[in-house]
Amino acid sequence: MKLELSRIVQGCRLGVLTGLGKTGTHSLEFPACVLYTRCASVPHLTQDTLRTLGGLPAVTQLTTATLAEHQEVLEEFKEGARRFAGLHDTVLFSSLHDPAASYPTGHVTNKTVSVWGSGGRIELTVDRYMALQAAIQPDWYQSMSDGETWQQNTSRKRVRKAVDRTLNHLDECLLLHQKSQALKQAEIFGVVEGGDIQEERLRSARETAKRPVGGFVLDGFQSGAMEQGMRSQLIAAVVAELPPDKPRVLQGVGCPDEVVACVEAGVDLFESFFPYQVTERGCALCFDFSLESDPESAVLESNEDRPMRERENGADSPEIVGKMTRFEMDLRDARYRDDFRPLVAGCDCYCCRNHQRAYVHHLLVTNELLAGVLLMLHNLAHYLVFFSTLRQALSQDRLVDFKRKILQVQINE
Amino acid sequence: MATAPPLALQIVAECPITKARACSLALPHCVVNTPVFMPVGTQGTLKGITVDQLEDLGCQICLGNTYHLGMRPGPELIEEANGLHGFMNWKRNLLTDSGGFQMVSLVELSEVTEEGVKFCSPYDGRETLLTPEQSIAIQNSLGSDIMMQLDDVVSSTVTGPRVEEAMKRSVRWLDRCIAANKNPERQNLFAIIQGGLNAELRKACLDEMIKRDVPGFAIGGLSGGEEKDDFWRMVTLSTDHLPREKPRYLMGVGYAVDLVVCVALGCDMFDCVFPTRTARFGSALVPWGSLQLKQKQFAKDFQPIDPDCQCATCRRHSRAYLHALFKCDTAAMHHITIHNISYQLTLMRAVRQSIIDKCFPEYVKSFMRRMFPSPEQYPKWAVDALASVNIKLD
Repeated sequence: MKLELSRIVQGCRLGVLTGLGKTGTHSLEFPACVLYTRCASVPHLTQDTLRTLGGLPAVTQLTTATLAEHQEVLEEFKEGARRFAGLHDTVLFSSLHDPAASYPTGHVTNKTVSVWGSGGRIELTVDRYMALQAAIQPDWYQSMSDGETWQQNTSRKRVRKAVDRTLNHLDECLLLHQKSQALKQAEIFGVVEGGDIQEERLRSARETAKRPVGGFVLDGFQSGAMEQGMRSQLIAAVVAELPPDKPRVLQGVGCPDEVVACVEAGVDLFESFFPYQVTERGCALCFDFSLESDPESAVLESNEDRPMRERENGADSPEIVGKMTRFEMDLRDARYRDDFRPLVAGCDCYCCRNHQRAYVHHLLVTNELLAGVLLMLHNLAHYLVFFSTLRQALSQDRLVDFKRKILQVQINE
Repeated sequence: MATAPPLALQIVAECPITKARACSLALPHCVVNTPVFMPVGTQGTLKGITVDQLEDLGCQICLGNTYHLGMRPGPELIEEANGLHGFMNWKRNLLTDSGGFQMVSLVELSEVTEEGVKFCSPYDGRETLLTPEQSIAIQNSLGSDIMMQLDDVVSSTVTGPRVEEAMKRSVRWLDRCIAANKNPERQNLFAIIQGGLNAELRKACLDEMIKRDVPGFAIGGLSGGEEKDDFWRMVTLSTDHLPREKPRYLMGVGYAVDLVVCVALGCDMFDCVFPTRTARFGSALVPWGSLQLKQKQFAKDFQPIDPDCQCATCRRHSRAYLHALFKCDTAAMHHITIHNISYQLTLMRAVRQSIIDKCFPEYVKSFMRRMFPSPEQYPKWAVDALASVNIKLD
């Protein structure tokens, strides 16, 4: 894997990762998001529907959390999670937790972390974690880590422990990695912890950077853990300690304005669980970020489209769904009942090319499964174009225009 | 000026041994090859699969439900959306039922009078009356290629004078439906033969309804819990008397064995929620029965559902993966739905081809051998039904 930086614009790194995957033929321009999956499947989508999306990222994220319960099956299967799931030819990135699901805290020990499958809690030692990675056969994977520092009032002592444990786990993982046949060609990523304590963040970054890792995962920064101001500050401090030629993946942050701020702070890669959460609450991403459109009409559209009230989640699983943001429209709203326009004018996704707001509204109101399929397609498409437009803005020196568009959504509250 | 009728049936082949036929049914949106299984997309969607996927599976006609769509989103909105075709963006054919069956099966308080069916809406508690005229008006708004008359539906387990009353009323309602159809030049109205399990009543209904110049006939009032032995006798009685040159639609039948037998008895079209509904419970249909993929035995089974199946699911995914995915994401259901629809449509294609190739009886025999572990386990009703059309199963 090679990281080529083409430019840095106001802190934002623009570049490309090449030589990815076992054949070394994949590449990924960044800043970018990786493809989010649950149990190695993009939620709601089969390969046919997934393939209607152009510009899929070359890297797909699997989560150890959604695969751990299938360890035995994967070990018997022997050919790795990608083949097991019938995924397309893609670079696999295995992370520990599922960014879209919250989980009970307090189950971390010096030697173990826990994930939750459909049958309950699964406790992982480094040995078991690494055996799982060997069964998954990823191209990249993060080392086992303790990131439980996001709650309010996490003590300094607890934050320090998270950093210590994560470094120990990294060292143990590295030892096993070097002995592993299955992981021979995989890149192990170190995980930077440290909560909201700058000193600990720096310590974690410096120590992790000393190890022979292929990239860095920035953990404990998820939406809800801290304000964006602090997040930006800490990330900027962290990346200053990291080698510039290795990618930085930020976990748990997906909201467009936070994404942009974090790119400015020096992050390269993000997860794409955010479009999935939007889908689960029956909403469609509709925020405008186009560099070409007339700013005035865009404002009118975006004001008109988004009911400002926060909708209740109802029967939806609250851990996954989250609260509605200002970047989306609530298609259950009665105003869409006879709105025969596509979700977003000019959107090239399968849903917008073939269906109308009124139809998606109907599917949601009648609890039809197709709603999830169409919304997932649209939301993922919209999110991917958001990232490609960000890259375009960086390469054309139009970051200011791009930011104005994203932030305009806030200004017009 | 004469315009082409909205339905034309061409009989491509007739089995010389049984009553099976292979036809081409020309409908406004495209030609449908029969025998055909029509998947059910109740609320203007086929349960998680896109119209493109449905088209790719080779589906030429599917169902929408007048009762459900009439409630939500309602006929006016659908008309505004260019009919149900426009609303769901389905370019091929649609068949809508009348709403009658749901009214009786789904709704608690329903009362049938000569006027229509009175019931309490489960959505807002209001009392509504569905008359033949209203059912046709809704179906006209939906714009389906085939519409069903509103019939007075009585459960097949009911006996006594109610059955005759319902049959006679259905004839009168057929006439009201015919009169109410605003679009006879592009929407076909099918009659529904009733009469319960009473041969005389069925025959009387057939005699009356055949006098009406409708483009097609459905055989109704069956597949509702009656004994299979009575079921097949009513089916074959109906096909004995229905005109040869018009399509015969057997409503609510979808189990593979039932389909094959009823093709032998002379039916052309079938619909059933079973294959798509059972998919959502993890049940995958195969030529030898079904696989309950949520069961533990499939956790490490790395074969596809059916190694011989060419559907997108079987080409790419294993039973083990589907088993795992079921615990996690809705896509698991979609994979099985696609497979089950593929299974049904492929079965019908094979049946049709065997009729054309003049080896339908042999097909039936090999189908039964594959489906059942031994001849002792062949269902008696199927053996009898097939014997009645000269297929002797060993």
